[in-house]
Amino acid sequence: MPGLGISFGRGGATTFQQDLQHSDCILIQGSNMAECHPVGFRWVMEARRRGAVVIHVDPRFTRTSALADLHVPLRPGTDIAFLGGLIHFILENGRYFEEYVRSYTNAARVLREDYRDTEDLDGLFSGWDAEAREYDTDSWQFEGRDETLQHPRCVLQVLRRHYARYTPDMVARICGLDRELFLRVARTLCDNSSRERTSAIVYSVGWTQHTVGVQYIRAAAIVQLLLGNIGRPGGGIMALRGHASIQGSTDIPTLFNLLPGYLPMPDVDLTKDLKAYLRTYASPAAGWSQLPKYLVSLLKAWFGERATVENDFLFDRLPRISEDHSHLATVASMADGGVRGYFVMGQNPVVGSVHGALQREGLRKLDWLVVRDLALIETADFWRKAPEVQAGEVRPQDIRTEVFFFPAAAHTEKDGSFTNTQRLLQWHHTAVPAPGDARSELHFLFHLGRRLKALYAESRDRRDVLIQALTWEYPLEGEHEETNAEAVLREVNGYDVKSGAPVSGFEALQDDGSTACGCWIYSGCYADGVNQVARRRPGREQSWVASGWGWAWPKNRRLLYNRASADPEGRPWSERKKYVWWDTQKRQWVGEDEPDFNVTTPPDYRPKEGATGLEALSGTAPFIMQPDGEGCLFAPSGLLDGPLPAHYEPEESVMQNPLYGQGRNPRRLEWERRDNPYHRAWGDPRFPFVVTTYRLTEHHTAGGMSRWLSWLSELMPEMFCEVSPELAELRGLTHGDWATIRTARGAIEARVMVTTRVPTLQLNGTTCHQIGLPYHWGYSGRVRGSSANDLLPLVADPNVFIQESKAFTADIVRGRRVPKENP
Amino acid sequence: MATSGPFGGKLASWPVLRQLRSGDVTGLGATAASARTRGLAARIRTADAVVKSVCPYCAVGCGQLVYVKDGKLLDIEGDPDSPISGGTLCPKGAATFQLVTGTHRLDRVLYRRPYGTEWEVLPLEQAMDMVAKRVKRTREETWEETSEDGEALHRTLGIAHLGGATLDNEENYLIKKLFTALGVVQVENQARI
Repeated sequence: MPGLGISFGRGGATTFQQDLQHSDCILIQGSNMAECHPVGFRWVMEARRRGAVVIHVDPRFTRTSALADLHVPLRPGTDIAFLGGLIHFILENGRYFEEYVRSYTNAARVLREDYRDTEDLDGLFSGWDAEAREYDTDSWQFEGRDETLQHPRCVLQVLRRHYARYTPDMVARICGLDRELFLRVARTLCDNSSRERTSAIVYSVGWTQHTVGVQYIRAAAIVQLLLGNIGRPGGGIMALRGHASIQGSTDIPTLFNLLPGYLPMPDVDLTKDLKAYLRTYASPAAGWSQLPKYLVSLLKAWFGERATVENDFLFDRLPRISEDHSHLATVASMADGGVRGYFVMGQNPVVGSVHGALQREGLRKLDWLVVRDLALIETADFWRKAPEVQAGEVRPQDIRTEVFFFPAAAHTEKDGSFTNTQRLLQWHHTAVPAPGDARSELHFLFHLGRRLKALYAESRDRRDVLIQALTWEYPLEGEHEETNAEAVLREVNGYDVKSGAPVSGFEALQDDGSTACGCWIYSGCYADGVNQVARRRPGREQSWVASGWGWAWPKNRRLLYNRASADPEGRPWSERKKYVWWDTQKRQWVGEDEPDFNVTTPPDYRPKEGATGLEALSGTAPFIMQPDGEGCLFAPSGLLDGPLPAHYEPEESVMQNPLYGQGRNPRRLEWERRDNPYHRAWGDPRFPFVVTTYRLTEHHTAGGMSRWLSWLSELMPEMFCEVSPELAELRGLTHGDWATIRTARGAIEARVMVTTRVPTLQLNGTTCHQIGLPYHWGYSGRVRGSSANDLLPLVADPNVFIQESKAFTADIVRGRRVPKENP
Repeated sequence: MATSGPFGGKLASWPVLRQLRSGDVTGLGATAASARTRGLAARIRTADAVVKSVCPYCAVGCGQLVYVKDGKLLDIEGDPDSPISGGTLCPKGAATFQLVTGTHRLDRVLYRRPYGTEWEVLPLEQAMDMVAKRVKRTREETWEETSEDGEALHRTLGIAHLGGATLDNEENYLIKKLFTALGVVQVENQARI
């Protein structure tokens, strides 16, 4: 989500699904929306009914393509080349929205003299330290402005030069597509982006699971900023998430490097004490200048009266991160015996994460494992059902791990909220009690915490200060002593410490310990002591924005950065695209939605010299979380692998990078270990084909919520691979028969589906065959089959530690997998 | 419908007459329904309660109506009030009833002892006590107060957590809160995959 956060200020979709109906053009790329988000897709269909052009750019022809006006097949892993081509087209043909770009983006910023581009350094930016394999970002900083946008080092000109070689011919060559088809996309997008018209971009995991995943999103952000499509109805970037609350689990993060509300986790080097933390992360101007209030209120929520001004609210006792502690790094450490205890709640890593064999090796090295789920998923049953156990290579009686399986309550058996893909919190209510000993995670965590607090109650060790100080008093209900979820939501919302009254929103938070708040961006979700999340005013009884249904962060704003839907003077760009504007009579911002702007700051407000905090934001700065209020065409900080997206090939490719000598993302995360072998960077003769993985409508991720259901299993019973007729002929594969797909990490078997949906591409005169693999199957459940992720190595994007599973190489042969095969 | 006269209701229920009367010329409308069909009703009509909910699968966030009768689930359907989904559900969402009522659901804690070959059933309270003790023991055995350079670490890398994207916000909040207080930093979820 940093792709969006760095570009615009917040790590969430900029718009909401219903707003897609107002788009004049929708570009769906890195997503198979019709099959993976079918109900959300109704808004795309509504737009099309109203005359919008729908474009689907995807390696496969799917049902999304079938319902689009245009399907553009491209080689997996080449989307930055495609988007870079769009940027090139927009700039070279003068198709950018000049007034928007000039007023709302950092196009006019002038870079330092010592900045060097990938064009100068053959695929590297300046500041690269080859030994440390990281960038020093000093030379990426700005030193001035040029309002004429002509200075050779101003962002717009740097952008032009950076993408100078992303010509239609180059795009065609890298992506393996028809030049004219690409130009049709470029023209359509530009023709539908102006004062009168807006275009939206929709993406999903097809864009994120790459070693350059964050830069994919950055590239889309640049396109949308240049075209003036952010903050306007029918525009924006719609990130489609795949789990009911994946946005929520990032907002209130079960992620190692974040605290709630995108506050950074304390780091051993950068944040020795509270003062250093605030100095490092609080911005002098704009939204993040308020960070001290958010952090202190969080510490008050967690540590209550034990957190005082005198002890810096116990900040010093917080744990520190020192390196990559992400999922993949943890699994590598686990396989080396570095982790002893592991909690897995509602996730199935041996199927859903890369390199299943290494995942299971890690589980075998644990002292204890706790799995909480509805059924005995693969991760719980690894010690008796895994392929290596079935093959006799590993015996259960040799596996030391103690395993606890706790049956979980379903969403119908507990109160709580999910945050959907458009930052909307919706409440689900308890309908029936959970069966037997099944319990919610809320119950499990509360009672585990209660036990641990009791075990540590008498301790005098300073190590135990935080667990002793932890506020852990929630009302319990019913015979099972279920934790009251609304009480937790109330703490998340925040309250006045003295009176206990809920705060109305994050503006009310203080940095003196007088307020407590569990997640500042959710502040307001329990305003007036009312569960705003549970509001359900029927859609038909309100405007299309439906502000009375659920509650969206921040402050119930549905379309972010909506100040940009008006021109610098505060007038709508056009009557057709009117959304939020400055009412000169009322002297405030008004419109369809909550203004994402200080409601009474007039368009002509200009900050005084040296202004700080919120007052430093001009009346024409829609991106209020950015220090300068501008949308980032160029990102001087926040990203580890470059200020501008550059096309890098995946870790494993069929083609040498035609653009740069530095072929792959130099900053990508690799794990050099014997049990994690990589193929050659390109053209490995053992693994000549490109593979991509994906989901199906009838199954959900690693199958824990779908392969156990007869209804869904019957609809989609078996693992399969999609190959073209050409590849089938080349390898002697028969439709409906078996094939084995192999990488250096493992081999899997699948039924063969011969189809033209996965086309053979022409890359610069050579033929590129592709293999498509759904990844839902595993060795447990009602329907079982090979796991596609077993083929993948540990390799990741450096910014968000996300695995690369959407583009890699493999071989395919006919017939079933030979047991105990050692590839 | 006429019921008087020598032929009473019989004549009146003659389909041709009914067709003529209602203007259903093709006979494909309501007049084609039999008495049995006319007596049918959705079983949700007898529900004791309708509970508002949200689909637990993907992040579109479709509204669901959970129908309850005699303390048991009767059905789960799309919520027409939802401004996002307008009453519709996809194949997965429409299968939610089976997700929450299917025979795959387990209702007892299972325990596999080290080097064991079978699952055993454990009482919930005992299992919770056992987990709490293991957390305490592992935490103490693997605690890192400072780095080799003497910098504060205040953590354990001996314990890790995974999962969150299928859970409630309130649950994620307690996970992050409790584990941070314990010094567990390896807390992760599906956002990385």
